[in-house]
Amino acid sequence: MWVKKNMTIYQTYILAFIVENKPGVLYKISNMFRRRSFNIESLTVGPTENEDFARMTITVKGNENMMEQLTKQTNKLMEVIKVTVLNKKNTVMREIALIKIFTVDSKTRSDIIQYVDIFRGHIIDVSPESLIVEMTGESNKIDAFIELSRPFGIKELARTGVTALKRGIGENKK
Amino acid sequence: MVKMTGAEAIVEMLKRQKVKHIFGIPGGATLDLYDVLYNSGLRIILARHEQGAAHMADGYARISGIPGVCTATSGPGGTNLVTGIATAYMDSSPVIALTGQVNSQAVNSSYLIGRDAFQEADIIGITMPITKQNFQVKKAKEIPSVFKEAFYIASTGRLGPVVIDLPKNTQKESAEMDFSSPVKIRGYNPIYIPDPVQIRRAVELLCNAERPIMLAGGGVIASNASHEAVKLAEAILMPITTTLMGKGVIPENHSLSLGLLGMHGTIVANKLLHETDVLLNVGARFSDRTTGTLDDFCPDAKIIHIDIDAAEIGKNFKVDLSIVADAKRTLIEICKQITQKMIRKERSVWFDRIQQFKERYKDLLIKEGGLKPPKLMVELRKLVPNNTIVATGVGQCQMWAALYFKAVEPRTFITSGGLGTMGFGLPAALGAKVARPDVPVINIDGDGSFRMTEQELATSVLEDIPVIVIILNNSMLGMVAQWQRLFYGRRYASSELKDSPDFVKLAEAYGVNGVRVGSVKEFVNAVKEGLNNDVTTVIDVPISPEEDVWPMVPAGAGLRDVIWSAEKKK
Ligand SMILES: Cc1ncc(C[n+]2csc(CCOP(=O)(O)OP(=O)(O)O)c2C)c(N)n1
Ligand SMILES: [Mg+2]
Repeated sequence: MWVKKNMTIYQTYILAFIVENKPGVLYKISNMFRRRSFNIESLTVGPTENEDFARMTITVKGNENMMEQLTKQTNKLMEVIKVTVLNKKNTVMREIALIKIFTVDSKTRSDIIQYVDIFRGHIIDVSPESLIVEMTGESNKIDAFIELSRPFGIKELARTGVTALKRGIGENKK
Repeated sequence: MVKMTGAEAIVEMLKRQKVKHIFGIPGGATLDLYDVLYNSGLRIILARHEQGAAHMADGYARISGIPGVCTATSGPGGTNLVTGIATAYMDSSPVIALTGQVNSQAVNSSYLIGRDAFQEADIIGITMPITKQNFQVKKAKEIPSVFKEAFYIASTGRLGPVVIDLPKNTQKESAEMDFSSPVKIRGYNPIYIPDPVQIRRAVELLCNAERPIMLAGGGVIASNASHEAVKLAEAILMPITTTLMGKGVIPENHSLSLGLLGMHGTIVANKLLHETDVLLNVGARFSDRTTGTLDDFCPDAKIIHIDIDAAEIGKNFKVDLSIVADAKRTLIEICKQITQKMIRKERSVWFDRIQQFKERYKDLLIKEGGLKPPKLMVELRKLVPNNTIVATGVGQCQMWAALYFKAVEPRTFITSGGLGTMGFGLPAALGAKVARPDVPVINIDGDGSFRMTEQELATSVLEDIPVIVIILNNSMLGMVAQWQRLFYGRRYASSELKDSPDFVKLAEAYGVNGVRVGSVKEFVNAVKEGLNNDVTTVIDVPISPEEDVWPMVPAGAGLRDVIWSAEKKK
């Protein structure tokens, strides 16, 4: 059987990379994604506990075959120390969103405050016509809050993309 | 620790890596390097175009099995190398390319990199997707470790080209150099040793097969495993078909050789592949030109894939068993474990069928009369010794050479397989001749391909590197014309080369021998003379512009639908 790209249903995968913390690595990895037609949905990057390494968390849509190719191709890059496809069951995932919402009257303002409360977010800035909500959590929670806020009118939105860690001990470098 | 300039450290490192030749063209950003090369004892070979320099280094590497080195100045020098580097990358050839770069640090208050300085090009960014790795040296003192890593990477695991970008100031400045530091690259650990469990499973499959076939690719040649491949084939009566890159793994006159597989493979290989029940792919990557449509690619076979690059497993084709390891070590292990009594299936039926097939289609397409390329290739084979090296252009000429010039030893046939780079032939032949001055080197070229790098005839004269150039001159971009003839109603859009110069006069203008032949007999004589000449000989062979390459698997068809005349085209 040959590998048909659309053989299985697409889903979102979260990949964790430990890479060398030096210039050009992000370009190299994203360039490889582009060249092999993998589409990055979100990407976060920052140093690890060891400053020689950086951690990149990338979410991509695809199927199992594509993930296999993707991990093999990225593993081939010499700056990549380790690649793991995270299993959502034993992974903690977080994303932060900053959402600026219109507050035309005091009714909407109090409605929003209530929703923020229920979602355990924070209001971090208030001005006469708008406020900024900080929402942290798994991406689907953020999606839900955004949907809820849409009727009020979202003025601006910034999302960090997912960052993630495997639960418990593990994650030893190669 | 020794104090020296960056340029001196580069040359010291080249010597430590046993480099003896460097192909290139100098420029402003490599003046310091060239100044040290000048009386270094290394042979500096001046190319006439950086693409030629890269192909020379590539040809040298493919023949010798060790890295070939080329160099170019910053900006256009580097960008001219690009086609050559991409060619080496696609065919996994260990080329080291040294590029000059503008100053990376203040030199007399001129800090230039990133400011669009004169002749600045981002060669690191440009070559990232076509190199195995690339480096930009930031400080002179990094040179020993960067060079060590570069040569290590190029020549281990799956071989491939590496670029080292050398800002001018890093060549000029002096530093304390440490030549003793060991190479350590945390993210690079090529695997050579096969997994014993997988070996056992492979042995099992092979022993139970009724109609096994081995598909041998460039990986077998790269790992010097041709002998082991043939030994295994003979032990279990398994015929071998090769990719273009694997040509030479098995002597093509061997009873177990099926010849080339794929779009322009042999009738025998393409038809028999469909019948196999176990396909052992060693060091080939299931490229589209080799497999035809994947829907019809050995549908009933269990497939074993041996490759040193884990990313090749499952990339194009899902296989039943994979072994990520060095081809030679894997084949040795498999051979060790197979004993005659383990072979449970009767193989003589299969062997007889293969011989019948080979007999049926033998010489079918080798026509007498006039200057027919297949016939010329057969004649050429008779004329030259077994160790003769053939390099090729790209197009029909390449396919005629691959199909009808039988290779009998590994590393005697080099061609741009993956990228299909016209212009590869002549400079690659020169690089090959530098690697093996003791054997004849012949470039089988097309009139179109030849003209892309013909200026390297000057290199052959000045540097005293004699080769034979055979131009199969159809006054056409023949392969393009063949497709237009077969599939585009003979509309020869831009494929006629009516303006071709007189190649005999052109050769003479460069100071090499030029001869035009009008018959097979004259061709034979011209080659004989070329073999005895100590300067390059260009043989212009006028052939019909209408000649097609057969056999052919039309695009989108399966291999067994191979056709061998235009009438059979559906
Ligand atoms: C650099 C480059 N440009 C274009 C092509 C497309 N191409 C493939 S074969 C071919 C014709 C080659 O003509 P020639 O060298 O005369 O060989 P022939 O097919 O006539 O034997 C062309 C243009 C290519 N492979 N490489
Ligand atoms: Mg031609």
